Formats: sequence, structure tokens, C-alpha cells
Amino acid sequence: MNIRAQIASVFHLDKCIGCHTCSIACKNLWTDRQGAEYMWWNNVETKPGTGYPTKWEDQEQYQGGWERDANDLQLRIGGRGGVLGKIFHNPKLPTMDDYYEPFTFKYGDLTSAPAGNDQPTARPISMVSGKPMKIEAGPNWDDDLSGSKVYAANDPGVVQLSSEEQAQMFAIEKMVMFHLPRICNHCLNAGCVAGCPSGAIYKRGEDGIVLINQDQCRGWRMCVSACPYKKTYYGWNTGKSEKCILCFPRQEAGDAPACFHSCVGRIRYLGVLLYDADRIKDVALREDHELAAAQRAIILDPHDSQVVAAARQSGVAEQVIKAAQRSPVYKFVKEWGIALPLHPEFRTLPMLFYVPPLLPVLSQPNQGTQKLAEDFFTSLEQARLPVQYLAGLFAGGNAEEVKSVYRKLIAVRLQRRQVSVGDLAETEAAKARDVAGVSAAQVEAIYRMTALTRIKERIVVPPMLREQAVEAGMDPEAYKQGMGFGSRRPPKRRW
Amino acid sequence: MTDLILFGVFPYVAVALAVAVGSYRYVIDRYSWSSHSSQFLESRLLFWGSVPWHYAILLILLAHLLAVLFPSGWGVLLGRPVRLYFLEVSGLALGLCTVIAIVLLMARRLTDARLAAVTTKIDWLVLGLLLLQVATGVYIAFTLRWGGVWYVHTATPWLRSLLTFQPEVQYLAVLPTVVKVHAFNAFLLVALLPFSRLVHALSVPLGYLARPYQVVIWYRGKTSL
Repeated sequence: MNIRAQIASVFHLDKCIGCHTCSIACKNLWTDRQGAEYMWWNNVETKPGTGYPTKWEDQEQYQGGWERDANDLQLRIGGRGGVLGKIFHNPKLPTMDDYYEPFTFKYGDLTSAPAGNDQPTARPISMVSGKPMKIEAGPNWDDDLSGSKVYAANDPGVVQLSSEEQAQMFAIEKMVMFHLPRICNHCLNAGCVAGCPSGAIYKRGEDGIVLINQDQCRGWRMCVSACPYKKTYYGWNTGKSEKCILCFPRQEAGDAPACFHSCVGRIRYLGVLLYDADRIKDVALREDHELAAAQRAIILDPHDSQVVAAARQSGVAEQVIKAAQRSPVYKFVKEWGIALPLHPEFRTLPMLFYVPPLLPVLSQPNQGTQKLAEDFFTSLEQARLPVQYLAGLFAGGNAEEVKSVYRKLIAVRLQRRQVSVGDLAETEAAKARDVAGVSAAQVEAIYRMTALTRIKERIVVPPMLREQAVEAGMDPEAYKQGMGFGSRRPPKRRW
Repeated sequence: MTDLILFGVFPYVAVALAVAVGSYRYVIDRYSWSSHSSQFLESRLLFWGSVPWHYAILLILLAHLLAVLFPSGWGVLLGRPVRLYFLEVSGLALGLCTVIAIVLLMARRLTDARLAAVTTKIDWLVLGLLLLQVATGVYIAFTLRWGGVWYVHTATPWLRSLLTFQPEVQYLAVLPTVVKVHAFNAFLLVALLPFSRLVHALSVPLGYLARPYQVVIWYRGKTSL
């Protein structure tokens, strides 16, 4: 066993209200500069929808992630020779038009326009060329457009559904949507790392954060293609790729990443997972429908004394093991089994898990007023979204995985209704628990973690062991400006 | 005297600049070392420019290099007329390819507003000199036939004399002006290399063919997977 620690996350989608505070926090901190305007290391998508960049999930188009090739793994964009062969022109690279062209407005014209018969206007201008432009897309262009024939209907996940399921999703007055916040998944079998010809992208051994060495990146842009989540971005004026750094400088100071800290709905949980690195490839080679379960299986129990001993043997620091034992992510993913990875069929073993949304109660017209539907969304059959759609998102098409999560979430809902409203018989709540296979104590724990916890319980940042970092050997006076982030010059083209 | 400066002294200046400034830039400002790909801003025309340009120029450079390194072998290779014809025709075709490709790449940067934002003066200088280089190359191939043969008896001894630090510029002095321009411009490009995005040519990522897919880096020691 080769045990490693990974900082992993859980996003509870039932709690996400789609306010984009996370995106703004991230933008203000990391990507508020020329060449990075279009980058959203954190973005929030509306599902069903085409997402950002447009139709990123469609790997027929973008060729991201891995595929099995005669019992071995190969990047979808090609083998090693294939990657180098595309270096002069990469046919699968998304261009700026697949994201959007950043724009601003000529506000100065409002006050400086000469007197005339027309109102002065502020024309939109491109933030790339500075020329007037027609705005055809922007950040969150399809926000909340869950009934759109242009966006929602072209969601790669929707296209795969049967026509009955599609009709169910788009039925008038029953239309439904939810928000999907996305950051880099800091995968165990990352496509971007594998695709980088320069070897500039790496995973930090101690915490599993995936970073791009800006000095080693040569702008071959294969990471953009190889990442199936499109979470590496090409900086068009620096000639370097950039990505979410999971706010490691904040974490090293003991703070939560900015998007986690600012989350209004408190949907984000962060903690350490211990896993067996020797089994990564075995997992990545499984059948699509087995991937979610197989990925769960290599996550190890940090309370198991054998695991702890093996972790010590593999060099995992004592404080990190302690943090892993308090990890809320471990509870969601392993103990309760209610969080699933996004698109495990890309085979990168993403380390960001989602609690699938139960979605709101449906009301019906009742003699001039509205009343709640008979079944206030307490059974799988009444699911607002086809389970198959969610299975396509979170379980490689395995509906049983999603149903298992839903049964537990329904048990939580019924038990809490029984406790707090009291209009349900205890037997009903007990029945739901039996069906879901959870105990009353577990249900209370899930409820507590979902609804009541403070930030220190939701976000358990392990000690980042800066004292072991190479930089610690440097003279802090001599390297004052260079400490921490590694880049000692402004990100501008100089040669 | 002019010939001595252009072909006996300048090549050393060019290479010295390339090594000195290149090393300085690599050590002090490695962040700037990039291909500065513009595919993200414009992809369609780049395909028709970049792909033929790179493959054709690499093959042409390879032929130039082989004729310098193995002149006798090169002579034997071209000993049969059929092989000579083949090299002459394919060289000409590849040369035309590079001219068309570089013109396309320049037109692309001229016409696209987004690309104008990422094109610097040194980019235009490099593009202009590259165009001059491939255009004179094709002109020479057209007007001074059988370059594959006479190169071995003119350029090869000149370049080899440079390598042994005993420059013999008389090999070039007798050649037509267009060849002199081609030769001088080649070293001008070498001199410009460390100042421009041409540095990406020195970063051919062949290591990728051998490295493991996943890279894990630890604070200390352990660098393996």
C-alpha cells in the first residue's frame, strides 16, 4: 500500500442557490488581470445547460480525459506521439469563442460625446483587441435558462436521454433546474498532468493539489485539451496555462480557499482523504458504471489502525492523519455515501464530490390556489429530474448509485419532518431509513453536517507543513517578494 | 572586408548573443520562455499556416544540417541523377510550402484584430526575416539549380571552417548576392532567437515520450510517482 493524502471537497447541491459569490471571490483574488478575464477557475453552471466552455462535457468534440485502450489507459487526444504530433496545431483546442470574448463598455463616451440629437451610448468593446464588438456570449450566458432550446436542450447529458425523459424534463410548469458549481477537481489521475509535453503540471505529494509550474510551461496548451472538465485555461497574453490552485497560499495560512470561505449557502466542505495510490490505475480501468464505487473503494478509513500505520509508513504526517480523521469529506463520501464524483467516466478520479440535488417541492393548482403535490418529493418515482440524467452526471450512467444517495436523503427529509413538524408517523421515517440502509443516528449526523455546522467543521484544512517546504531554507529577507507563489514578476509579456 | 565581417565575424557574434542572452533569459526570466501560441484566439487559419510551416521548415533545416555534418555521405546520396532530381523537386516543393505558409501566417496576424493584440514588433521582425529567408531560399533553388550539390562545396566548407574557428569566407565571397543574403540572414535569425518567441524551438519536449504520465512532487526528496 502506498498511502497518500489528498485535499478533497464536497459540494452539497441542494444548498446551492446559484449566487456566484464563489466565482466573484475567486475572480477578485486570482484572475482579475489582462489575459485572464475570460478565466473562471470557479464557475457556476445551470443544469440542464451547455456550461462553460460551451458543451465541455461533450468529449466527442473536445477529446478530454482518458479512454481504455486494450486494457491500458490512454489520453483521448492521443498517445504520447499523438500529443506531440498536435503541437503545431491542436484540432481539439477550444478557442476563445467556445468560452466568450471578454468585453467592457466605452463609458467615457457617455460624458465626452459632442452635443447632438441622440442619447450618447456606451458601446461594447473587446477586452482583447479594444475594438467595438458584438456581444454574443459572456460569463453565465445560459444562467437559469433551463427551458432553453438553445442551451438546456443541447446539454450533452440531455441529448443522451430517452424522449420520454426529455419530455419529463421540459414539461411546461414542471420545468426544473439546479446549479452546478465547478472548480478544478485536483484529480488523482489528472488528464492535464498527463497531457503536458513540458511536464510543467504536477501534483503536490503532501496534499494532492495540482499546480502548473509557470516557469516550466511552454504554452503547448495540451492540458486544456486533456482536461475533460476544461479547468485549465490558456493565458493568451502570457503564453502560459493557468488553473485553480485550491488557494494553497490561503490554506498554508490555515484559511479556507476563497470560494469555500465566501459560499453563502455554505454548500462547500473541505477535508483530507487518505487513499491508496497503488490502485489508481486499477480504478481508472474499470467499467463506466463501476467507476464511482471503485473510486470510493480506494479511499481508506483514517480511523482504522492498520491504515494509520500504513500511512505513517508512507510518510503521511501525523497532523495530516489527524485532519483526515476529522474530515467532513470522508463522512460524506465514505461513511454516509451520499456524495458522488462528477463524470467519473472521464477516468481522471476527480477529488471533488457532489451531493446530488433532491430539488424543490412541486405545487399543483387547486381550485384557484396552489397546493403542494400529494407526494412532497419523498419518493424516487416523483423525482423532478430523471434519475438517468443525474446518473449521467455523477455515476457514469449507473442509476443505482444515484438512487442509493436519494434514498438516504429522503430518509433524512422524512425523519426531520417527523421530528420538527410532527405530521408523520415515526414508522414512516423508520421505513425510509430501512430502505436507505441508514441508522437514525446517521440521519441526525447527516442533518447536522448539512444544516448546522460552523466553518471549522465544514472546512478542515490540514496543517500544510510549510516548515518542510524547500522555501523554508531560503532567507526570507532576500526572497521577500518571491516567497510563496513562486512568480517574481508581473504576468506580462516581456520578450 | 565586408565579406569577412558578414561571414567571418558576424556568425560568431550571432551565436555568442544567442548563447549569452538565451542563457540569461533561461536562468533569470524563465517565465517568459513560451511558444506564445495564438491558437486560442484564432485556430482555423493557423492550421493551414502553422502545420505546413513547421513540418516543411524542419525537413529543410535537416537537409541543410546533414549536408554540413556528412558532406561525403551527402555526395554519395546525390550521386545518382534520380536521387538528385528527387531531392531538388522535394526541396523546392517544401520551400514553396514554407513561403505560402509564412505569408498566410503574416496575413493572419494582419487581418485579425484579436491577434493584433498579441503581436509585438519583434514578432513582425522575426516573421519578416523568416519570409526573407525562405523566399531567398526558393529563389536560389529556382535560379541556381542543383543546390544540393554545390552547397556541399561552398556552404559546407564555410560552415565547417566556422566550426574550427578558422573562417574561410572566400567560399561565400564568390557566390551571388542572393546566396549571401540567405547566409547572412540565417545568422541574423540566430542572433534574434533569444530575444523573440523563437526560443520555443529550443524547448522541443521530447522528454514527454519517456516520462510517466503522472508527475508528483514532494517538498523534499521523493519525486517518483
